[in-house]
Amino acid sequence: MSITRTAPLPPTTVRTSFWRKNQRRLAPRLFLAPGVILFAIYVIWPIFDSLRLSLYDWDGLGEKTWLGFDNYVELFDDEAFYTSLKNNVIWLVLYLLAIPAGLAIAIFLNQTIPGMRLYKSLFFFPFVISQVVVGLMFSWFYAPGFGLFYGLIEAITGTGIAVLADERYVTYGIIAAGLWPQIAYVMILYLTGLNNVSPDQIEAARLDGAKGFRMLWHVILPQLAPATFIAVVVTVIGALRSFDLVSIMTDGGPYGTSRVLSFYMYEQALSEYGYRMGYGAAIAVILFAIMMVFISGFIWKMWREETEH
Amino acid sequence: MNVSLKSLLLGVSAASLIVSASFAQEKRVLTYNADYDPIPLAAMEALIADFEAANPDVDVKINNFDHEGYKTAIRNFLTADAPDLANWYAGNRMAPFVKANQFMDVSDVWEANGLSEALGSAKASMTIDGKQWGVPYTYYQWGIYYNRDAYKAAGVGEPKSWDEFVANCEKFKAAGIDCLTTGTKALWPGAGIFDYLSLRTNGYEWHMDLTAGKVAWTDQKVKDVFAQWARIQPFITANHAAIDWQDAAALLVQGKAANYVMGNFAVGVFKEGGMTNDNLGFMVFPEITAGLPRAEEAPTDTIHIPAGAKNVEDAKKFLAFVASADAQTKLNMALNQLPTNKNSAVGDDPFLKAGFEMLSSAHALAQFFDRDAPAEMAKAGMEGFQEFMVKPENLDAILDRLEKTRQRVYK
Repeated sequence: MSITRTAPLPPTTVRTSFWRKNQRRLAPRLFLAPGVILFAIYVIWPIFDSLRLSLYDWDGLGEKTWLGFDNYVELFDDEAFYTSLKNNVIWLVLYLLAIPAGLAIAIFLNQTIPGMRLYKSLFFFPFVISQVVVGLMFSWFYAPGFGLFYGLIEAITGTGIAVLADERYVTYGIIAAGLWPQIAYVMILYLTGLNNVSPDQIEAARLDGAKGFRMLWHVILPQLAPATFIAVVVTVIGALRSFDLVSIMTDGGPYGTSRVLSFYMYEQALSEYGYRMGYGAAIAVILFAIMMVFISGFIWKMWREETEH
Repeated sequence: MNVSLKSLLLGVSAASLIVSASFAQEKRVLTYNADYDPIPLAAMEALIADFEAANPDVDVKINNFDHEGYKTAIRNFLTADAPDLANWYAGNRMAPFVKANQFMDVSDVWEANGLSEALGSAKASMTIDGKQWGVPYTYYQWGIYYNRDAYKAAGVGEPKSWDEFVANCEKFKAAGIDCLTTGTKALWPGAGIFDYLSLRTNGYEWHMDLTAGKVAWTDQKVKDVFAQWARIQPFITANHAAIDWQDAAALLVQGKAANYVMGNFAVGVFKEGGMTNDNLGFMVFPEITAGLPRAEEAPTDTIHIPAGAKNVEDAKKFLAFVASADAQTKLNMALNQLPTNKNSAVGDDPFLKAGFEMLSSAHALAQFFDRDAPAEMAKAGMEGFQEFMVKPENLDAILDRLEKTRQRVYK
């Protein structure tokens, strides 16, 4: 009691002075707080929770049973896991074709002709429609009996190929469907990049006698490096998380040969015949580890560039 | 002024009257999550109307899901926002929910309404740990549906035996017709073929041991089943892995395929495609091992009360109503399926009659591969069946894989 009387310091002054003193330090943190909190709850925490869950056997309803690393031991002895892994690698490699294809279309479309905007939007169109619709359209395209592609092959070779029912072609068939919107995406990235290519440099190069492929390789591409970087990032991540198309077009079939890791994870943890949450989490952890390789690479590159400047 | 005040007061009191009247009519809501296709939905809505007429103070709110989506949705709504009633399936398929205490024990409904007697044939498949966990409302037979026109086109008659069936396949092939069609994009139609081959080759008891995990998948008797399958494998629609069961039904309707191992629900699809009782035929799957007691496939659909139900009292009333002979007669007439209550009447449809006759004279009834076997085994098995139908040379690898799954699943 006596202390409060002898030291009558109005609380408001304390607060303001504290705020004044630390305002510059606190303000950015306060502004960051909502984002950081959400990120922690919806991204960081689930990552660690998946890691923990992958050590249990759990059907999503009953009791969890501790397994240690049994899920991983089983995973490394699981044919379906290796099929998915192999398909993921195929996806990763072939999906990168979207980058040269997108670049080619972007360069082709980067002209000033009347109505060019319309053509550009038409090329961009596949990226706008939902992946589900893309998947359905391609399944009809491949469908035995009435599919356009099936009919074409039948007309040429005499026997049609049911792409989605043949383990040899099914993954390629789905990747082709995935490439369609992905090329459009890369194209738009390059189109914006091409707008920023400095005309002076092109002119200077032209005076020096550069043209055609050399012009592209030595003058234009270096200036497109930021666009290429983003294109690689989105394509690699897009390939690794490819799920919708597999689910829509084949459901992992025929007999599981078109599975990829993300789909296998869903199948084990959440689908009608699955509900092995722990096993699904173990697959998710592996997928996360693979993605981490690429993501750390990207982050390292960005960080290096930031510190250089 | 005075008048308007009076009228205002009148208006208020009238409004309050309306409010109190609507309070008096406030009904107890019974929520029901289901997964009906359009025709069954209409049939169930008629049953619900009857139930509401008998219980005017209850309002049944049906919440219909897409058939495939329901199978995933049920796990979420049972734990998060349980309805008072939910559709599901009999047999091993309901075991995970019973074991996780998500379904309510309804043995008292069975007790109070004498259902053990009336629903005797379905009791075993509704019982786990000596208690009943739901009420069956319909079941349907599986068998071979065939196109008589295709038989005429190929110049063959209805097979009397399995050997004859296989021999017919050669003739169908010569006529450019698929002897047997199926669409295994969703995997399960292939399991129907396996179940019948297994039931006919080794019998019901053996088949149940297999689905219960007591028999190794590498066992010679399993190979015997696949040996029979290998005889017809070359005559099965080539692209079955790419098509849904309805697409295969279209092949049968168009006469491009002759036979289809299917459930009776497919009759609706065949008839929508333009087939009639004159050219659509039904036969019991022919005998393979002579002298085996004939078992059939008859999946039962059921209704359960989730453990988290709010209006349990009315939900039990509803179950008792659904189980009653009259309600099942009417419902199954509309569904064009078979009632589980033995006191119900069966519809006039020739396929229903054939099914009823076949099932009532059967030695035993199997539910279906994905209901008799636990979910994980079912999935692995059906994938194996699909692979076998595409690549029969992979049989040993498939069986090794299934055996590995069996050892893990039934631990």
